[in-house]
Amino acid sequence: MMNNAFSRPATAAIHYELLHQTPLGPQHVTSAGSATLFIEEKLERQSQIALKVGDAVQTGQKISPFADRPAYTISSVTGTVAAVRPMTGDFGKHYTAIDITVADAEVLAEGPGEMEPTLANLNEWLAGAPGKPPLNLFKATNHGIHTLVVAGVDADLLVATNQFIIKSEMHAVNRGIDILKEATGVSNVTIAVPRDLVQGFGHTGANELKAVAPEYPAANPKLIIYEAFGREIPAGKSCAEMGYAFFSAEAVASIGKAFDTGRIPLEKTVTLVDKNGRKTIISARIGTPIADVLAAHRIETGSKDRLIIGGPMTGFAIFDEQMPIQADTDAILVQDAADVSLVSDYPCINCGECVQACPTRVQVNMLVRFLEAGQYEDGANLYDLYSCVDCGLCSFVCVARIPIFQYIRLAKYELSRLTAAEASNA
Amino acid sequence: MRSEKMFIVSHAPFWHNGSNVAERHYGMLLAAMPAVALGIVQYGLPAVAVIAMSISTAIFWEWLMNRITKRTITVGDGNAALLGLLFAMLIPATTPWWVVITGTFIMMVIGKHIFGGIGSNPFHPVAVSVLILTVSWGAFFDFNGALVNYSFSFNALYPLGLAKNFGTAAVADFTPLNLLLGQQVGGLGTTFGLGLIGGGIYLMAKRYIRWEIVLSFLSGIFLTALMFHLAAPAQYADPLFHLLTGYTLVGAFFLLPEDSSSPVNTIPMLIYGAGAGMMTILIRNIGIYTDGVLLAVLLMNLVNPLLDNIRPKALGKVG
Repeated sequence: MMNNAFSRPATAAIHYELLHQTPLGPQHVTSAGSATLFIEEKLERQSQIALKVGDAVQTGQKISPFADRPAYTISSVTGTVAAVRPMTGDFGKHYTAIDITVADAEVLAEGPGEMEPTLANLNEWLAGAPGKPPLNLFKATNHGIHTLVVAGVDADLLVATNQFIIKSEMHAVNRGIDILKEATGVSNVTIAVPRDLVQGFGHTGANELKAVAPEYPAANPKLIIYEAFGREIPAGKSCAEMGYAFFSAEAVASIGKAFDTGRIPLEKTVTLVDKNGRKTIISARIGTPIADVLAAHRIETGSKDRLIIGGPMTGFAIFDEQMPIQADTDAILVQDAADVSLVSDYPCINCGECVQACPTRVQVNMLVRFLEAGQYEDGANLYDLYSCVDCGLCSFVCVARIPIFQYIRLAKYELSRLTAAEASNA
Repeated sequence: MRSEKMFIVSHAPFWHNGSNVAERHYGMLLAAMPAVALGIVQYGLPAVAVIAMSISTAIFWEWLMNRITKRTITVGDGNAALLGLLFAMLIPATTPWWVVITGTFIMMVIGKHIFGGIGSNPFHPVAVSVLILTVSWGAFFDFNGALVNYSFSFNALYPLGLAKNFGTAAVADFTPLNLLLGQQVGGLGTTFGLGLIGGGIYLMAKRYIRWEIVLSFLSGIFLTALMFHLAAPAQYADPLFHLLTGYTLVGAFFLLPEDSSSPVNTIPMLIYGAGAGMMTILIRNIGIYTDGVLLAVLLMNLVNPLLDNIRPKALGKVG
């Protein structure tokens, strides 16, 4: 990233990269001996768990480990349960992790078979399918969703997973769209694709095709709504609250495949970016440890490298190579220690780069002054904290290298905790 | 801990465009070099002495204030050196050493660190310091008196003073080309118009300063001076003369667009620049001071926070 300070161009809009015209088929990675499945439920006591260590599981088997809750996962491997343990994620998220030791011979469990396209069936089987369809948006009977948006674009840079799916698995996507239309009763479906790919799209099951501009962060859901639909999502509201449900192309393709074959897809498509920035589209079973993926592609990691799930602007750095591929792991990015950019505690010099870069016209220079002082509510009321769409450009351009994006995420998280506490005390 | 490897875990984004504060300040130092070089050629060793004294003492005050306020030592970020150089550029080459030390003290301590250091100063520290000194020890800042022992190949009277006291005819022999080439007296780094413009273009191309501020300032000067000139051509000099004399160019490229004391939104930047340009000519033509740039800079610094409230509506903002 760094080059000669005196000759580097002052600004360059960052562009999404397009996949090459005919992408390579995904290279398969198989797990070397263990798999870990995550369920988004907090594990408080082992006594909650119906699943025991040593239990045998089969590929494609539905596992509901909790005695008292419907949460489930689909086993991606055949083997025996090695451990069921609690996990904590960023910003207070809790998971239950199920470690499975993979057996030599794979046994396929019976899948759901032929299914009626209903919400109940989707919820029953596909909540954790590759691409992670946001089915919980349809939980309430009056969910208010009027448009389904199928994202054939990836919100972050370098990530090409959904672009790949929309180009190579259009049949499954179309099938998925038909099923979603029937199951949800929402007839309005739009596919968002990179502007340069709009040409050459044949018949789709969608009513409309929207072109997404190539400049980052145009593929951010809220900005897609703003640019392509001409509607502003009010600050603090989500797209779903305004009636737009975003499905990744992969999630829709998973649904299509599940209804076509009667089996739940287990392969997650992932964009793997190595230390030299070389991109490979791979496919691996959900639950495969990232270490296995790196080993299969001969990517060496060492101390002080950075291992990132997601893209370079909005991803999450992880500390353990044993973290598994999850249903929403769209990219794995490996950064060499030499390329790691660090933040500083230098004060804001008010250069205004962040204000110029912000796609939502937030006065970041003023906002960060409040956030640095922990005055989150003032930041939200006076300087539009909730207009932020989490693109990370402000930190990217910050001359003083202030972790602005981190302050913003922290502020939103702290305010959400405050609101939750007030709601429960009321 | 399952793995011996220790990855770096931090918050997104994981890329940075590579800019940093030190590079910015060193870029500005670089941009000032042509103008400073001509000053050294014109005034010789005394100019070198003033520059060296100014930069070194500015760095010393920065270090001292860092120590006193128990903060990280920020001498390396180039800001102290930049302010020191700018201070030297604005003053006559013959300024005594103790005036320079006092000046850099005022600049670094009263102008910058009292407000909380870099990024927090509401006024340009150099403008604050030079103005306080001009008001206190005016004799050292009278360019005609200060440079009396030099003999130049050009008219060695301060052009703005001539124009103010004797009208347009007195400055007839200052052609724009002469002014651009530095054939005038003034602060040791403020007279070489061509060098300042070259440096300024570099700064704007690198986005270290905002072209909106620079251009609106220069247009403000040009238009206001033009109006005066058209109304009374014999009394008020032509706009080009005003653009190329005094602190106009150094103000346009190095004082007015300073990060901390200038706006960040487009419309405020335009008002800020144009207002400063207009004030400069008003002070020069009908005020009591010969040059109005520093006062205009301070005045616009003062209204900057108000101006920056004129901002675009954020996405999704209700009401």
